[in-house]
Amino acid sequence: MNKPELIQFVKTLAPDCEAKEGKQYAEALVPGESLHDLAGKLKENEESLFDFLVCITGVDYGKELGCIYQLRSTKYSHNLILKVKTSDRENPNFDSLTDLWKSADFLEREVYDLLGIKFNNHPDLRRLFLDNSWGFPLRKDYVDDVNIVTK
Amino acid sequence: MGIKGMKKGEFNDNESLELLKESGTNVLLTTIDDVINWGRKNSLWPLTFATSCCGIEMMATGAPRHDFARFGMEVYRASPRQADVIVVAGTIVNKMAPVLKRLYDQMSEPKYVVAMGACAISGGPFFLNSYTVIKGVEHVIPVDVYIPGCPPRPEALLYGMLQLQRMIETESIKSRKARNISHNEE
Amino acid sequence: MEEPVIAKAINEEEEYVINMGPQHPSTHGVLRLVVSLKGEIVKNVEPHLGYIHRGIEKMCESITYPQIIHLTDRMDYLSAHINNEAVCLAVEKATETEIPDRIKVIRTIMAELTRIQSHQLFWASFGMDLGGLTCFFYGLRDREKVLDIWEETCGSRMLVSYNCPGGLMFDLHPNFQKSVKDFIKYFRKKLPEYDQLLTGNVIFRERTVGIGKLSLEDAISYGITGPTGRASGFSCDVRKHEPYSAYDRVKFNEILFSEGDTFHRYYSRILEMKESMDILEQLIDNIPEGPFAVKMKPIIKLPEGEYYQRVETARGELGVYILSDGNKNPLRVKFRSPNFVNLGVLNHISKNFKIADLVAISGSLDLIIPDIDR
Repeated sequence: MNKPELIQFVKTLAPDCEAKEGKQYAEALVPGESLHDLAGKLKENEESLFDFLVCITGVDYGKELGCIYQLRSTKYSHNLILKVKTSDRENPNFDSLTDLWKSADFLEREVYDLLGIKFNNHPDLRRLFLDNSWGFPLRKDYVDDVNIVTK
Repeated sequence: MGIKGMKKGEFNDNESLELLKESGTNVLLTTIDDVINWGRKNSLWPLTFATSCCGIEMMATGAPRHDFARFGMEVYRASPRQADVIVVAGTIVNKMAPVLKRLYDQMSEPKYVVAMGACAISGGPFFLNSYTVIKGVEHVIPVDVYIPGCPPRPEALLYGMLQLQRMIETESIKSRKARNISHNEE
Repeated sequence: MEEPVIAKAINEEEEYVINMGPQHPSTHGVLRLVVSLKGEIVKNVEPHLGYIHRGIEKMCESITYPQIIHLTDRMDYLSAHINNEAVCLAVEKATETEIPDRIKVIRTIMAELTRIQSHQLFWASFGMDLGGLTCFFYGLRDREKVLDIWEETCGSRMLVSYNCPGGLMFDLHPNFQKSVKDFIKYFRKKLPEYDQLLTGNVIFRERTVGIGKLSLEDAISYGITGPTGRASGFSCDVRKHEPYSAYDRVKFNEILFSEGDTFHRYYSRILEMKESMDILEQLIDNIPEGPFAVKMKPIIKLPEGEYYQRVETARGELGVYILSDGNKNPLRVKFRSPNFVNLGVLNHISKNFKIADLVAISGSLDLIIPDIDR
């Protein structure tokens, strides 16, 4: 499926998302509650068959925190980007996708470690690179006078 | 003090070292020290410790082209109890520092430390804007020889190890004891 | 103070937990594996990471785009040229710069040389892990020839930063074509020696055939790419699916097996070295003339938006994602590193094998730890 067809397809599966054509891939901004359902349908549906989760990226947009999921289909070779955002900086959380794609296990742990976004129903959400006394370094308001040397 | 009790700060260049050795000193102590130091410097066995890219250049120094073993570093020992020198090759981060200290403490005397590469000397390319990198391994363990480069060429690593051998040559039993005490106080 | 971490899933009374710690001769870097064993059988493997986490993604937010190239060198240091190429291609795509043919061909030649030397080092250390120390000396002896070629043209043996946005740093040395042709002739004679030493060896086969099987569905679900994934039948070569640089004008085969065990993960890398030499032979005589760098602005600013680029490193698919808001520093740079995703499968495929097999399996996954931790 090419970009316009993918956008139509996603709109039929989840009418409350905003799908548009990005510069390279088709994108869809999904509200947090419907992420898991939409991802499950995208994976099972015979026309789309998104069986390969490429990457999960956590982003701090300044006021909001978000996650970007890149999905790919090995049979049809089309790509889709799903985005979720939340403006809750104290306790951000989304649903975990480890039951659909097993690679989400480590990828979500990394996002939790560096940005503080929690994932519900994750089998083992622990910090991966840093230990519990660090803050969340990839946030824009992370201040560390002891360790970071700037010019 | 005779020539054998040279302070670390006086070991500046190789010509003065050669000159001092020729001028001779107390015969009995010289012979014992000579033999011990000859044995130690010609069979320094390193510990297998490499965290990142400099480790590949260290492996390349052990490879057939620039052979490490002709200078006495015949085998790499995996256990710190059996090793003489630890070549810190690679970046040390906050989480790895206690591990490095523990390895250093487990090594038995006499032990030496060589800081290889820019990351081990001062944090290297990760000095600015990184929140976990330790800016130089000397904040964790005392260092004897620094080898600059990112990564240093195998010839540079060999030169650094030869400098370490020359340093060992000029040690005496008395100055070694004093060095041990000062290290254990740190 | 870090709380003590105990391996999960201790099910029965006879299980005990050991630690293959950060300093270990055969974990290829600072990877800590907490293994729970029953006798000698492995029940659960849990990797603990972070011992070389340098915060590269956070550092990229305070530096300019050409400076990111020097940091990508140090992530997966055995595929240094290919990592640089990924960021250069992303920046050039974003600023819509046309790259002349000469640069594309030279980048592809350097990438294939990178792939050969990375697989040579894999062969050397895999043999050494299983006990055959000769492989270490043979492999590194031949790898020095590639490093000589790089030293002549690019100035350094490793971590070269030869690619930069807009082209290359220097032009080729006049001896370059002859050196590469001599290397190909030399290495084609040496590759059968590799087969004689390891591939047909009875002990090696006993230790690797049938060990650590990974099925095709699991490979796709866990996101495994690279020679590891292709040994299980997953066709994931970026050079075939989304060709970049000069890969659309060369003919080569994608090496696919269906068994997915340790032996085939090893053997697919040996065959990939042969394919790389074929690609080099097709390109080395026909390097087009032209400039070696296109003039870019002194301060590169990408237009607002997001840019993705994927390349095929020696270990799998590296993805670069740049989010820019129009300034000279990026807002967010993310590297989808192949080793990080490949590590997730280690627990799954080493269940119920012995602990000596764990060393063989983790060696065949060919992990580079600074790429996992970034």
